[in-house]
Amino acid sequence: MTTPASWTVSSVRSALQAREISARELAADFLGRIENRNRELNAYLTVSPERAYKQADQIDAAIARGETLPSLAGVPIAIKDVISTRGLRTTCASKMLENYVPPYDATAVERLDRAGAVFLGKTNCDEFAMGGSNENSAYGPVHNPVALDRVPGGSSGGSAAAVAAGLAVAALGTDTGGSIRQPASFCGVAGLMPTYGRVSRYGLVAFASSLDKIGPFATNIADAAAVLSVIAGHDANDSTSADVSVANYPAEAERRVQGLRIGVPEDYFGAGLDSEVKEKVQTGIALLERLGCRRISLQMPHTDYAIAAYYILATAEASSNLARYDGVRYGLRVPGGTLTEMYRNTREGGFGPEVKRRIMLGTYVLSSGYYDAYYLRAQRVRSLIARDFTDAFQKVDAIVTPTAPTPAFRLGEKSADPLQMYLADIYTVTGSLAGVPGISVPCGKTRAGLPVGMQIFAPHFSEGSLFRIARAFESAGGFAI
Amino acid sequence: MKISREDVLKVAGLAHLGLSPAEVELYREQLDAILTYVDKLKELDTSGVEPMAQVLHAAAGSRGEEKHPELREDVLVPCDVAQPVLAGAPEAKAPFFRVPRVIATGEVESE
Repeated sequence: MTTPASWTVSSVRSALQAREISARELAADFLGRIENRNRELNAYLTVSPERAYKQADQIDAAIARGETLPSLAGVPIAIKDVISTRGLRTTCASKMLENYVPPYDATAVERLDRAGAVFLGKTNCDEFAMGGSNENSAYGPVHNPVALDRVPGGSSGGSAAAVAAGLAVAALGTDTGGSIRQPASFCGVAGLMPTYGRVSRYGLVAFASSLDKIGPFATNIADAAAVLSVIAGHDANDSTSADVSVANYPAEAERRVQGLRIGVPEDYFGAGLDSEVKEKVQTGIALLERLGCRRISLQMPHTDYAIAAYYILATAEASSNLARYDGVRYGLRVPGGTLTEMYRNTREGGFGPEVKRRIMLGTYVLSSGYYDAYYLRAQRVRSLIARDFTDAFQKVDAIVTPTAPTPAFRLGEKSADPLQMYLADIYTVTGSLAGVPGISVPCGKTRAGLPVGMQIFAPHFSEGSLFRIARAFESAGGFAI
Repeated sequence: MKISREDVLKVAGLAHLGLSPAEVELYREQLDAILTYVDKLKELDTSGVEPMAQVLHAAAGSRGEEKHPELREDVLVPCDVAQPVLAGAPEAKAPFFRVPRVIATGEVESE
């Protein structure tokens, strides 16, 4: 029996159908890898052999009966620990929810389950998905599998690291301001933020409801497309999920890119961008041109205001969403003499420093007398940023940029200065605010061997275009440029 | 200085967040830096620009229309989750969540 280091959705399928391996053996292989490597990576917070084997056995029984297998049958998948899983601890990497066991599956999880995916466990992240380095987890940081002294990015650092290290074939992450794309970039895998509303948020523990999205990580574009095909689509349990038809993403990914107009916003290549990252992404864009894409220079004049608008809006929404952690209905309770004391003690003891900081900032910008100056102004600026994208997409089919201004930084390097950490989100938050889909694909490595990510944006609900460009880039060797 | 120690304590009170004295000073400094940074939004003229609260309606171009495609039929469906929900509560006595007393003994809250 062979167990190749890097399985894909299609290689799992053909191996199962040829009976070269059983779903149970494959699950056992991945659980063994997690056992071996998780101590140094800290990518998983909870491993779920029981649920994995139960599903694997059902797949094996279906194979024995000669049934047609669903699209992700037997594929080992990891789930970020802010996404609810029935009967499986969901901590949000917070002390607040250390022992919280959801009574239901998130819609995205339920759809993966029905498609035959095998859940290996729940991955580490920044507490309540707030952070860009995974250092805000109450259960310790994730280490980047490419360089153990470096961060994997965040907030979905555990999902990115698990896929990069071969501890899952694919993973679900969540992206509010860059939390799928930036860790994908730091760990050298593909990560997709879908259009806002493309994937149901039902069962996703809310951080900033107007910005939160669930999306896939994978080592290759076909796998990312296969996962999105399963989780995308309207859901009556999420009033913000869009009733827009779901394309056949794996088929879209194989379409030719000749003649596509690729916009390159000059504002994304200025001061603050690491010279090696810049060089790699420019080389990546040149490769797209050789593949027949037309490069068009763009101006996106409000880019420089995106971080400020994002941190006002995201923290305002967070301060409201996180009001629910009060020690009454679920999670931690720290006793107090009165109800109010109990609230305060619980929230003081349960939340980590970054979550408290964001609740404070969000409460401040929403408080009486400041609402117009901060929150309302930020919402107006959000319109201007969205308009930059609408205007750009009059002229181009997609926009290509670096994903992050630097490769993965060292653990502890930025954790003392929250503002510096926020500023590193500059290239991802713009698309988040506009609600457009974005993907980060590997685009070579720096001389020190650290992965670089190239980001592609497309108009609302044009994930197919992202896969198409990303797949052409991958086929032409762009990932190892 | 954008934010004082008193502002920090007031905001912490609004958010029901207990903070240590060291945290109060740390957050004052850090929030001050962040609020100073976000002031750059004032450079933009936003008069006449609609505030954007939601992506989808903007994307669908349906602003101003009376249709609400996001709303589903208001139909009763069984929801039998009380038992598992209460089982996950810090303290419960079915069918209730239990909390500490809201009003101290012998005292009537004036608010």
